[in-house]
Amino acid sequence: MTFTFLILAVIILGSALAAALRPNLIHCALLLVVSWLGVAGFYLWAGAEFVAFAQVLVYVGALSMVVLFAVLLTRQSRAELRVDAPETRRAVWAVIAGVAVSGVIGTAVFATKWDSAPVTAPEITVRGIGLELMGAHAAALLLLGVLLTAALLGAVVLAAPDRPEKEEKS
Amino acid sequence: MIAAALTTDSFLERLPVLARDTVTGLLPVSWRWLAGSLLEIIAILASFGLLFAYLTLAERKILGRIQNRPGPNRTGWFGLLQPFADGVKALTKEDVVPAGADRVLHFLAPVVLVAVSLLGFAVLPFGRHLVAVELDTAVLYFFAAGTATELAVFMAGWASHNKYSLLAAMRALAQLISYELPLLLSVVPVVLVAGTLSTTKIVAAQGGWSLGFIPHWHVFTPWGAAGFVLFMVAALAESNRSPFDLPEAESELIAGHLTEYSGFKYALFFMAEYFGMCALSGMAVTLFLGGWGAPSALLEWIPSYAWFTAKLLVLLLGFIWIRATLPRLRLDQLMKFAWKFLVPLTLLNLANAAGWSLTAGWTGPLQLVRWAVALSLVAVPFVVLGRTLSAGSAPRTYRFA
Amino acid sequence: MLGTGILQGLIVTAKNFVGSFHDPARYTTLEYPEVKPALPEAYRNFPFLVCDNATDPMGTLRCVACQICEKECPPQCIYIEKSRDKKPDATGKLQIYPAVFAIDTSVCMSCQICVEVCPFDAIKMDQVFEIATTDRYAALLLDRGQLTKPNAYFHTIHPTEAAEVDARLTADRQAAEEKARAAALAKAKAPAAPVAKREQTPESAP
Repeated sequence: MTFTFLILAVIILGSALAAALRPNLIHCALLLVVSWLGVAGFYLWAGAEFVAFAQVLVYVGALSMVVLFAVLLTRQSRAELRVDAPETRRAVWAVIAGVAVSGVIGTAVFATKWDSAPVTAPEITVRGIGLELMGAHAAALLLLGVLLTAALLGAVVLAAPDRPEKEEKS
Repeated sequence: MIAAALTTDSFLERLPVLARDTVTGLLPVSWRWLAGSLLEIIAILASFGLLFAYLTLAERKILGRIQNRPGPNRTGWFGLLQPFADGVKALTKEDVVPAGADRVLHFLAPVVLVAVSLLGFAVLPFGRHLVAVELDTAVLYFFAAGTATELAVFMAGWASHNKYSLLAAMRALAQLISYELPLLLSVVPVVLVAGTLSTTKIVAAQGGWSLGFIPHWHVFTPWGAAGFVLFMVAALAESNRSPFDLPEAESELIAGHLTEYSGFKYALFFMAEYFGMCALSGMAVTLFLGGWGAPSALLEWIPSYAWFTAKLLVLLLGFIWIRATLPRLRLDQLMKFAWKFLVPLTLLNLANAAGWSLTAGWTGPLQLVRWAVALSLVAVPFVVLGRTLSAGSAPRTYRFA
Repeated sequence: MLGTGILQGLIVTAKNFVGSFHDPARYTTLEYPEVKPALPEAYRNFPFLVCDNATDPMGTLRCVACQICEKECPPQCIYIEKSRDKKPDATGKLQIYPAVFAIDTSVCMSCQICVEVCPFDAIKMDQVFEIATTDRYAALLLDRGQLTKPNAYFHTIHPTEAAEVDARLTADRQAAEEKARAAALAKAKAPAAPVAKREQTPESAP
C-alpha cells in the first residue's frame, strides 16, 4: 500500500515541480495536467471513485482547456511562450508568497482535530453522495452554481463583439 | 468480478467466461486475476480492432453503393483484405515530423488519443457476464475518459508547429467542448430514472417486457427517445463524424490538426476516431437500447453478446448512413446548433424525465395523461425552437439561376 | 419543420443503396478491364492501314505510297518509303506499294486528316486504345505489319463507314470496268477500217 502511495506522491510532486521549472509554458501546462491525473490516481487509491472520475472530468477535461486557451490567447507568438529567465527579486517574492500560502494551509491542517480513521472504510455509494450533496450541502452547491454561472456570463460578455454604434439618421 | 447466475445460462452464453476460466485455470492462483484481466483486455483490443478494420471497409463500400459505385473490391473477394492493405500502406509510409515541431508532444498526441479512447471500453457491458471492470460510477468514468481526448487533439495541433494546425485544433476543441454538454446532459435523465451510475445496473433496469414483446428499453419512452436522438447527435459531433467533421475535412484547413501527421500516426488518429465512435455507440446501446437485452422474450436463446453486437452494428451503420447523406456544417452553424438548440432541449428532457419518474405510480387513464404530457414536452419545444432558430434562413430562392 | 429535409435525404440515400443491387441506373460503374466500355462508332484513336484480303495482308494493301498523308499530317508522324518495284494489288493491277510505312503513335494527335486526304481509302482510324507499353520510343512506333488490318475488321469497328467505302469502291471499279470495256470495244471497232487489209490481231485489252 505505501509503495503505491509513494509512486503517486512522486508523480504528483514531480510533475508539479517540473511544471514550475520548465521554460516552455505549454509544457508547464501539460505537466500540470499530469499532476492532476496523479491526484485522481490518489483518490482512486483512497477508494473515492466518484471524486477521482469527477477530478478527471473537471480538471483534465475542462480546466486544462481553460489554462491552455488562456496561455494561447494571451501570447502573441511562440517566442513569448518561453518563461523569462529567473531574477533574484522575483525569486525572493516567490519564496515569500510560497511560505505564506503553505503557512496558512499548514496551520489549518495541523490545527484541525481529525477523527481517527475507522477500521473499515465506509460504504459510500453514488446515491449516498447525491443525498449528502442535496441535503446537508445544498446551499454550498447552489452558491457554487451561481458563481460558475456568473463566470460564464462574464466570459460571454468579455468575448462578445462590440455592438456597432447606431448611425444617426439625418 | 463478474457475478450472476452462470449455471442457469445456456452454453453459448457462458462460453466466453468458460474460455477465460479454462485458460486462467492453467496458472497458479495468485496469477489468475492478472491473467484474467489481461485476457479481457486482449479480447477487447482484438475484437474492436477487427471491428475498426472492417468498419472502415464497410463504410467505404456502403458509401460507394449509395454513390452508385462499388467500394473497394480488388483486394481479396469483395475487398475483404482492404483494411490490411491499408494497414501495410500506413506502416510503410515515411513518418515525417516537421523540423520545428515539438517531437515529444508530436509523438505523444496520437498515442494518448488512442490510449484514452480505448479506456471507455472497460465499463461497457457486452453481455450478461461480460463487463471488463464493474464500477459503481461507470458512466462518470466513461465520460471522464472521453474528455481527456480533447487534450490530445490540442497536443496534436500545437506540436505540429503549423499555424493552420493550431487554428484547426482550436476549432476542433471548441466543437468538442461545446458538444460535451449535450452529451452529458442527455445521459443525466437515464441516471435519474435508473437511479444508478453503474452500466450493468442500468442494463438490468431495462430488462423485462410488457405484453411479452415490448421491451422496457429507455428508447421506448418519450424522454428516452428524445434523449437517444440528442445523445446520438452529440456523439456524432464528439467523434468528429459527418456532418460535424470540420476538424478533419480536407477541403477546410487541409487535414486540420492532422496536417503534419503521416503514416502510422495518421492511421492512429483514425483508429482513435473509430474507437470513440464504437465506444459512444456502445454507451448509447447500454443507456437507451437495453444493452444486451433481447427485444422479445422468445428471442432470449440468442446469446446476449450477439444482441449487443447487433445493436452496436445498427448504430454504426446509422452513422455511416448519416455521413453519406448530410453535408458538412460550418463552424458557426455547429456552435449555434449546440448551444442554442441542443442544450435547451437536453435541459427540458431532464425535466421531462424527472416528471416521468415522479409519475411512475399513475395507472389507468392517468397513464394516457402521463404519456401525452411527456410527448408534448418533447415535441413542442423541438418545433418551437426549430422554428425560431431557423426563422431567418428560409429555403433559398435563386432569382438569376 | 426542422428535420424533414434530413429525413428526405436519408430516404434518398437508402433508395440509392438498395437500388444499386438490382437497378443498373443506380450502379453506373463499369468494372474495367473485365468489362470493356461500349465505344460509339465515331470513336477514333490511331490510324491503321486497310488491306482487302486477310490471307495476304501485304499483297492486298490499298495504300499505293502516294505520300499525300505523309505531307498533310500536321505533326508529321507518318514516314513512308516507296518501293522500287511494282506488285499486283487486289484488282490485279501492278501498283507501287509502301516498302516502309511507319506511324509514331506518341506523336500522332488523332486528327484524322490522313484519312480525309487519302484518295484510295487506304488509311482509316482504329479504335484500339490499350497500346500502353514499357518502351517509350521503339514500341510506340508502329510499322507496316502492325498497322495493317483487314477490311473485315474495318467493318466491325465502323460498319456504316465501311459499307459506304465498299459501295463507293465497287461502284468505281464497275465504272472503270465499263469504261475499259467500252474503250476496248471502241478500239476493236476503230482500227477495223484503216487496217482492214491487215489480219485481225488479238485484243490487247484485258
